[in-house]
Amino acid sequence: MNRLSPFNVVSLTFGFAFLYLPMLILVIFSFNSSKLVTVWAGFSTRWYGTLFQNEAFLDAAWVTLKVAVMSSTFATVLGTMAAYVLVRGGRFMGRTLFSGMIYAPLVMPEVITGLSLLLLFIGIGMDRGVMTIVLAHTTFSMCYVSVVVSSRLATFDRSLEEAALDLGASQFDAFRLVTLPIIAPAVISGWLLAFTLSLDDLVIASFATGPSATTLPMKIWSSVRLGVSPEINALSSILIGIVSVGVITASLMSKRHAVRVRREEQAAQRAT
Amino acid sequence: MAQTVFAPWDDPQQKPLIQFVGVTKRFGDFVAIDDLTQDIYEREFFALLGPSGCGKTTMMRMLAGFEAPTEGSILLSGQDIAGVPPNKRAVNMMFQSYALFPHLTVWDNIAFGLRRSDMPKDAIAARVEEMLKLTRLSKFGRRKPHQISGGQRQRVALARSLAKAPKLLLLDEPLGALDKKLRQDTQFELMDIQETTGTTFVIVTHDQEEAMTVASRVAVMDEGRIIQVATPEKIYEAPNSVYVADFIGDVNILEGTAKANGPESYAIDWGGAEPATATSARPFSDGQKAHLAIRPEKIAISAERPADAANAVQGKVLDIAYLGNLSTYHVELPTGQVIKAQSANTRRVSRRAYTWEDPVWLSWSATAGVLLES
Amino acid sequence: MRRAVLIAVPYLWLLALFLVPFAIVFKVSLSDTALAIPPYTPTLKDGFGALISGLDFENFVFLTQDDLYWKAYVSSLQIAFFSTIVTLLVGYPMAYAMARAPEEWRPTLMMLVILPFWTSFLIRVYAWVGILSTEGFLNQFLLWTGIIDTPLTILNTNWAVYIGIVYTYLPFMILPIYAALERLDESLIEAAEDLGCSRMQAFWLVTIPLSRNGIVAGCFLVFIPALGEFVIPSLLGGSGTLMIGKVLFEEFFANRDWPVASAVAVILLLILIIPIILFQRNEQRQQEAEQ
Repeated sequence: MNRLSPFNVVSLTFGFAFLYLPMLILVIFSFNSSKLVTVWAGFSTRWYGTLFQNEAFLDAAWVTLKVAVMSSTFATVLGTMAAYVLVRGGRFMGRTLFSGMIYAPLVMPEVITGLSLLLLFIGIGMDRGVMTIVLAHTTFSMCYVSVVVSSRLATFDRSLEEAALDLGASQFDAFRLVTLPIIAPAVISGWLLAFTLSLDDLVIASFATGPSATTLPMKIWSSVRLGVSPEINALSSILIGIVSVGVITASLMSKRHAVRVRREEQAAQRAT
Repeated sequence: MAQTVFAPWDDPQQKPLIQFVGVTKRFGDFVAIDDLTQDIYEREFFALLGPSGCGKTTMMRMLAGFEAPTEGSILLSGQDIAGVPPNKRAVNMMFQSYALFPHLTVWDNIAFGLRRSDMPKDAIAARVEEMLKLTRLSKFGRRKPHQISGGQRQRVALARSLAKAPKLLLLDEPLGALDKKLRQDTQFELMDIQETTGTTFVIVTHDQEEAMTVASRVAVMDEGRIIQVATPEKIYEAPNSVYVADFIGDVNILEGTAKANGPESYAIDWGGAEPATATSARPFSDGQKAHLAIRPEKIAISAERPADAANAVQGKVLDIAYLGNLSTYHVELPTGQVIKAQSANTRRVSRRAYTWEDPVWLSWSATAGVLLES
Repeated sequence: MRRAVLIAVPYLWLLALFLVPFAIVFKVSLSDTALAIPPYTPTLKDGFGALISGLDFENFVFLTQDDLYWKAYVSSLQIAFFSTIVTLLVGYPMAYAMARAPEEWRPTLMMLVILPFWTSFLIRVYAWVGILSTEGFLNQFLLWTGIIDTPLTILNTNWAVYIGIVYTYLPFMILPIYAALERLDESLIEAAEDLGCSRMQAFWLVTIPLSRNGIVAGCFLVFIPALGEFVIPSLLGGSGTLMIGKVLFEEFFANRDWPVASAVAVILLLILIIPIILFQRNEQRQQEAEQ
């Protein structure tokens, strides 16, 4: 391969333009001084200012952050366990059901997941609020974590664990000292994925929450239903900015790491 | 003082270090190891040799504790090790992939096993240094596995598995990942280290040359059974079956019926102009089917019929494989059978005596071949 | 013992928070609406016997009688189906071009596809509101170029819903196809051409069949969630846009008719079971092929 035909170039250009133009326009117009969001009236950061004075948004952001940190942490622990069971657990009763429950939430419409969890919380008489959102988010994002981690575990050289056992490590030590450090990048990306999923979620949180807790997406939702607003543009730009910086940094770091490893390997081969 | 030959398997006084007693291992319907009984002695360098899927790796994994026998028992120093998990066995393994922990330095890799015991810190450090020195890796202790070459990685794996001074070291295709030249050097290094440390080594390999070079005894395996266990010389010179003769090195097989023509001597009617003469300690009854296995290098090639040869056949040269130090001649007999004969290239090729289509005589002595039952 | 704990913890969690809730949804779908908290009857408080005898299929019968529901199902299937096809048509050439790009570009291209995936779904849908509205950027642009002289109405129609679905789910289509294409050994194409295929034939006879798993996975990853989509039809669609996710949400929050909402969910689930099972088969097959 390695040769791009004109058709390839065109499809890449249009494809990425399609993916990025809407977000780019959103970011640009968040600096628009006019309240009319589709008419450019000069550069201004006033909407960022009003955003940071909006108590309701800040409260919602705080709730969202709390929920995201808690649920992604639980989801990472549970999801890693589930991945380990899927890849290394061998046969046990109800394995098919288990793997079904891991994969199904990935494609389950959010309305159904949300509705079913709400009915559960009501059925057992649980007070709805931050805790119920955390439970709901943990449940669906642990499945994402487990998919990310299990794909790493599947390519993991099993003899590394056997070597640890052979050298006298207990099962737990072998996991703690060998497996976990090696799959750590996958576990971390699993955590980040769970975190962003929780940050983004509107539908499931709307079902799972009670009057006491409003998350940022719910707040955004109730205001965008009324149309485009410059404040939401500013908020969106901030979120897009954070994600872009994060993703770009991560990919640069992993690229640099790969280059260094390759160079060191080549040096080691030449030395002999 | 005459040096005693190392052959504990011939000494009934010796107690074996490892005993397989009627071991069978099944994976579902597949029989990986079939009712196998075998002793391995202390300080031995024991090679398990066979094609892939013959059960050699399963045998090794049972010794390490990663698989349990379905039937029978495995004894280590006389004690059944059935229930002992791998992390409690005085057995260490060097993995085919080396299984070096990529996130730890060479030093920490070697120290890994020692840290699992209650060894004091400075004793661990001393032992790691000793191991680094033994494997000539002292300069590389601070490096990570990806920062050293393949040969060095192999030595780290060896040092790591030897660090705990196991009673038994298992080596799973230890040289498989190295190129040929490095492999040969490393074979001698392995033998040296085995001798220095006095550890019992069990090596799994599919490379017969490697097994022959390093091992004190070779076990040739096929389909879950050990076909023959003997020293490399015996395996090569006196294979006990067509399978072993064919698996180790190159061989010509003449198939026919035996007829006694003297004490321990038989005439084999194989369809040639005259029957072949071969000696055999193993008795054959008249008319019994027999295979005469002759190594190519034991067959001489000449333009005239040699006067004193016990066996001689005429044929024409079909093909010549030039191997540098040796040439192998493929000679077609009037019966249509093709016999391989090997001769050393003591002269330059341009002055070679025979070429394609030349009529030649092949000859061999009565003791050159091995007579095998079918 | 440890292994049992390791299996039991995530297993029980999923049973309690994934499977049991579905059982409850099913139960509520068979109940009757009531002016109570919770707003349905019977509940466990009425005793087990009454609970069983109080259940019936009334809500399901109701769903078949009211046009709204089956129309919503059909229209959801239609929208999900066509937007999946459009996503495939947009995504495949992109994935193909990415796999053909020089090796040192690929991680960057990959990052560019993943980046939107990490960005808030809601915000990405919202971004289109400003573009597609009557006085939005698209109309401004088209008017400026002179292609049209009266603004198009796109927002609040099904067109906007299609655009929204294709836009938000495009990365889900590209990633599995790209993964399949990148693994493809180029010498296979060369072999096909060597054996007399034209470029085009080699593409249809070798590349497409070998990326089949990726295509199938991508299509399911778009189709299944699109079918139950709520945010996109609510934000970009109009009052005429009927999608079952939206109907369910409104039935539940606006009408507070929980039993009917549950019945809607049960039917949606039944529709989804076949594609979900097919999707899992595909994933399993792929995993087995890799091992």
